[in-house]
Amino acid sequence: MTTTVAPGTGARTAPKDQPGAEPRRRRSGRLRRIGLPYLLLLPAVLLELLVHIVPMAIGIVVSFRELTQFYIRDWTTAPWAGLDNYALAVDFDAPVGEALLKSFVTTCVFTLISVALCWLIGTAAAVFMQENFRGRGFLRTLFLVPYALPVYAAVITWAFMFQRDNGLINHVIHDQLGLTDSPPFWLIGENSFVTLLVVAVWKGWPFAFLIMMAGLQNIPREIYEAAALDGAGVWQQIRRITLPSLRPVNQVLILVLFLWTFNDFNTPFVLFGKAAPESADLISIHIYQSSFQTWNFGTGSAMSVLLLLFLLVVTGLYLLLTSRGRKATDV
Amino acid sequence: MAPPQSFLWSRRIFLSLLTLFVVLPVFVMVSSSLKPLQDVSGKFQWVPSGLTVRPYFDIWETVPLADYFVNSLVVAGSATVLSVVIAVFAAYAVSRYSFRGKRVFTVTVLSTQMFPGILFLLPLFLIYVNIGNATGIALFGSRAGLILTYLTFSLPFSIWMLIGYFDSVPRDLDEAAKVDGCGPLGALFRVIVPAAIPGIVAVAVYAFMTAWGEVLFASVMTNDATRTLAVGLQGYSTQNDVYWNQIMAASLVVSVPVVAGFLLLQRYLVTGLTAGAVK
Repeated sequence: MTTTVAPGTGARTAPKDQPGAEPRRRRSGRLRRIGLPYLLLLPAVLLELLVHIVPMAIGIVVSFRELTQFYIRDWTTAPWAGLDNYALAVDFDAPVGEALLKSFVTTCVFTLISVALCWLIGTAAAVFMQENFRGRGFLRTLFLVPYALPVYAAVITWAFMFQRDNGLINHVIHDQLGLTDSPPFWLIGENSFVTLLVVAVWKGWPFAFLIMMAGLQNIPREIYEAAALDGAGVWQQIRRITLPSLRPVNQVLILVLFLWTFNDFNTPFVLFGKAAPESADLISIHIYQSSFQTWNFGTGSAMSVLLLLFLLVVTGLYLLLTSRGRKATDV
Repeated sequence: MAPPQSFLWSRRIFLSLLTLFVVLPVFVMVSSSLKPLQDVSGKFQWVPSGLTVRPYFDIWETVPLADYFVNSLVVAGSATVLSVVIAVFAAYAVSRYSFRGKRVFTVTVLSTQMFPGILFLLPLFLIYVNIGNATGIALFGSRAGLILTYLTFSLPFSIWMLIGYFDSVPRDLDEAAKVDGCGPLGALFRVIVPAAIPGIVAVAVYAFMTAWGEVLFASVMTNDATRTLAVGLQGYSTQNDVYWNQIMAASLVVSVPVVAGFLLLQRYLVTGLTAGAVK
């Protein structure tokens, strides 16, 4: 496709045919044709370089160095650490590695449950709301509110509801229903995992709903009509037509939900603050803590790189296993 | 053919429970923002002892909320406008031209979407501090630094979605525009952009929401003068008191612009997602 035009060809040949108006016009036309896509991409490429690519490279370099607060002003002078940071991060018998492993497992379990629930609720809502009924438009708008609310405003409200002494949750389950002997703590201890899950699902399912509704719009009505003529009931139509037709949409949706949930920092940070309870210590918060609270940037970077490798492997495998994924990256 | 009772009842029950789940925090936010402080400090009450709008006046005094508001507006607004413009150019190049490095570009852009924000936080912090030390351009702690950061958060998604959208605009249209004497950019602005308005609006809504709701970089990379709402809301908890009624009032005030804008433009977002991400 691109063999005929090499980048820079126009610029290289430019000085040669200097004289004459006719060649110049042709040349500038060709130059535009060759250079224009690059010119259009330039701002995006520069920004991606500055904010994503270069930082990532620096992150990798830093992960091999012993970078503490003393070297912040000029990080290039930080002493070389070789693989020490990585060794520390994956030494699961020592405190640092043990905590990292635990946080990683917590994040995996949390992500699996959260994605499954978001997908389930979102799909059910979209399928139930495929047909028109009274109040459908209103409900559709209402269901998008959690998605539209800024994370911190929504999560801070949940934090208020989960307060031990003046929260709505304990008022209902302890005072009104009498389900517990004493009001439980929700924002510290073992219960925090459940709290985090509830908030994450509340915030996350509308996205699944949104994508699923969009996916449902693409199923031709005639298929349903044909099925109805053949005597298929509503439930059968959902099982035989709706759900199979959503499969390609699902594959993208689940990958996106997985990445967002796994990398989520905002929700636990607003809910619990800088130090999450052990049962809800997600990996983003854990790395943040390891870097900015203890000022041990080298180890934090090593953890980030390990996390990145994990995400690359998982995403790669997932894309390999799904045909739609191959199409998605093959823009 | 009418759906069977089993379907209707399942739908009623499911949607009712879901509505309750969705509305509960919104109810708490609104009702608590209208309660006096002693009500929100003690046991939760479904019915407040007295309604008051005081919190809505106090929020501006307790913390400089107006300043944070302006900061958030400038940062999120600039990031949105710039990100949309840059994404339109990039998506046009990818959608309409074949050139060397196209695949590398799209794959790289797509994959930066999957990286955790925490991965970039520390290196960006180092880069901004070092640029500041070397050139005197204060990126760390400034609005510009935050704008730059947020710009690229929404950029990969925007480019990806707009490529899909531009692809769905028939090539004949911009060929025709070129025959009529439009240059490549003329064709972009006169033909493709107008045809892709829903996609562009969707991308803008997404970019604004991303920037308006971001917490991590806002907490690390701002100072007293550039603090955004995401960090500012923490100011309502003091050592002795947590002004929950003011927190709820402020949360509501902070949410109204985005929620209103989102609900107004959600039609575009849905069609945008259909054309760009789902197809």
